[in-house]
Amino acid sequence: MSAPPRAVELGLVGCTVCGQVCRAPGPLAQAACPRCGAVLRRRKAGSLARSWAFLIAAFIFYIPANLLPIMRTVSLGDVDDNTILSGVVELWVKGSPDLAVIVFAASIMVPMLKFVVLATLLVCAQRRSRWAQVQRARLYRLVDLIGYWSMLDVFVVSLLTALVRFGFFSEVEPLPGVIYFGLTVILTMLASMSFDPRLTWDTDKDAP
Amino acid sequence: MSDEHKPGPYDDLPEPAVRRRRLNASLIWLVPTLAALVGLSLAVKAWLQQGPTIRISFASAEGVEADKTEVKYKNVVIGRVEAVDLSEDRKRVIVKVALNKSAESFATAGTRYWVERPRIGLGGVSGVGTLLSGSYIGADVGDSQERKAFFVGLENPPAVMRGAPGKSFVLHSDDLGSLDIGSPVYYRRIRVGRVSSYQLDEDGKGVTLRIFVDGPNDRYVTRSARFWNASGVDVSLGADGLKVNSQSLATVIAGGVAFQDPPGPHDTTPAAEDTRFTLFADRATAMAPPDGPGQYVRMRFDQSVRGLAVGAPVEFLGVNIGRVVSINLDYDAGRQRFPALVGALLYPQRLGRAYEKLAAAAASHGGEEGLLGTLVAHGLRAQMRVGNLLTGQMYVALDFVPNAPKATFDPRAKPLELPTAPGSFDKLQEQVVQIVDKVQKIPFDSIGRHLDDSLAGLDGALKQVNGQLLPQLNRTLEGAQQTLHSANGALSADAPLQRELGDTLEQLQRMARSLRALTDYLGVHPEALLRGRQDAPPPPAPPSPGRKP
Repeated sequence: MSAPPRAVELGLVGCTVCGQVCRAPGPLAQAACPRCGAVLRRRKAGSLARSWAFLIAAFIFYIPANLLPIMRTVSLGDVDDNTILSGVVELWVKGSPDLAVIVFAASIMVPMLKFVVLATLLVCAQRRSRWAQVQRARLYRLVDLIGYWSMLDVFVVSLLTALVRFGFFSEVEPLPGVIYFGLTVILTMLASMSFDPRLTWDTDKDAP
Repeated sequence: MSDEHKPGPYDDLPEPAVRRRRLNASLIWLVPTLAALVGLSLAVKAWLQQGPTIRISFASAEGVEADKTEVKYKNVVIGRVEAVDLSEDRKRVIVKVALNKSAESFATAGTRYWVERPRIGLGGVSGVGTLLSGSYIGADVGDSQERKAFFVGLENPPAVMRGAPGKSFVLHSDDLGSLDIGSPVYYRRIRVGRVSSYQLDEDGKGVTLRIFVDGPNDRYVTRSARFWNASGVDVSLGADGLKVNSQSLATVIAGGVAFQDPPGPHDTTPAAEDTRFTLFADRATAMAPPDGPGQYVRMRFDQSVRGLAVGAPVEFLGVNIGRVVSINLDYDAGRQRFPALVGALLYPQRLGRAYEKLAAAAASHGGEEGLLGTLVAHGLRAQMRVGNLLTGQMYVALDFVPNAPKATFDPRAKPLELPTAPGSFDKLQEQVVQIVDKVQKIPFDSIGRHLDDSLAGLDGALKQVNGQLLPQLNRTLEGAQQTLHSANGALSADAPLQRELGDTLEQLQRMARSLRALTDYLGVHPEALLRGRQDAPPPPAPPSPGRKP
């Protein structure tokens, strides 16, 4: 008995909201915390399935988000549609490499990072792998932290659309790409929220 | 490792409330399914909108950008440039265009593509909108059904869009002049069409132009319409001053075609599509009655032909009926003279009504030559006359010269030779020469000499007057002045003569007074004359000057 006992082993479950510790209910029962009424479960129900679902949906939307133009800028009658990547290229070419790097990091790297990290976490959790558990836990916290920060593009487009309204001289219009990009970010956030980090530590075959 | 081993401290923990399970976790798979459906629908939509891809070859890709330049038909976007590449021989630019699904009919033979850029030409400015929005590729759909994926782009926008209302006509001309594709066509100085194409004739001896006249103005092109090249400026110096006539300044520079119906009664049926017309050099030629076949005549002038040029008009009673086509010198060995042989083409039909009547009359005179013989017998002669006094340009006038010397006329000669008469200007020249001769006979030399002698005599006389008469006169005047001076001194108020005269007069007065006293005393005392003066009261005081004595 080197490892400390786990709540499951003790037949206990803690409320995730108010911290109340209760006796574990039957295996199929849906229990509620007697103190605060929050749903009480050992692990988030269907965590892996939900995370996978959201992640896959996010990945599907990520394709049109990159292929479709996200923003139309009209300056002096010159209409210019930009996708995320062409916007980055344009920023770089037109002499703002710093901005290009920021946009590239927020719009391309961060979502990709989230996909890879979440997929890794899910695969490892499914296989109950003992590989790099501490690092995986850190990765999860990182992904959770980044969260909506990759909404940068959406913020930029909505801000510009609202601010730049000079008719013929200058105008910014959102295009469908930005919707798909927003959906991608939201779905990755949902995926990371659905993931139960405690699964990282459920390495026993008989654990729930 | 079971619950029974560690019962103690957890027994008092609360039992959780148990509820019915509501949601099956597997329903969450609806989310990616939905996402997949959306993505799929996007893909299907994109695939459905995918039209044919065509390639267009241009001379230059100026203003064409990949992923940006649009293809427009009637200003509706029907496609977008995907890529711009060089052709294999690097002489052309190949533009790859993805057409929309709805624009499939634009990938057929006969469709024309061109790059719409701002163009500033002499005929005007076009495509100004593209200055700001950037160039685009314009398209004009053909009526063919044959599919085609490679097109050669036009360098200029086509002059006529397919399906535009109007008619196209064919003009035939000797040369193109300053016309070009897009040159305007004017009707009563209103722009109603443009030149749409031109090409050399098969035999290379002329140019065939196609013009397009927009509807509804195409109905003014009647069967008898006359077309002329409106690019020139007609400057005419007439009795009413200088007149400059042109269609418009742009036409002068860039060229243009004008048409109008001839004056007078004519066929006003609108001409059918592709009717052929002749393009005349200018309005006057276009409006002139038709020339008909030309008749060559030769004239022999015994005078200098200076000022007469090939192309100079031949006028009959002031009506232009032909032009000079050749000028040569001949040698007359018998008279040792060099007569000028002037050949001219006459168009008798230009005489209009007179020609018709003459032609009728000619029948009774044994053909046209016979009629000409009669006219010559009546004094018809060719004369060279000055057309322009400033430049000395001459023209040939056919006129009836009264009292013309009899001339021989051979009606069967080939070519016909018209008798000539010295021009009126030659007579004028003779008269001028006579006047000059007379002026030359005046003895200006001796007149000058005599005048010179007279002037020399006058000069001597004047010298005498100056040298002798004038000094004496001067002295005389000086003497007279001295005399007058002394007279002046004698007569002045303080002169001794004056003073003495005053004293004398005073003495005389005094004497008169004593004489009066004496006479008065003698009047009263006449005895005193004898006895001498007695003592008596003194005589009364002399009267005041105002009282009479």
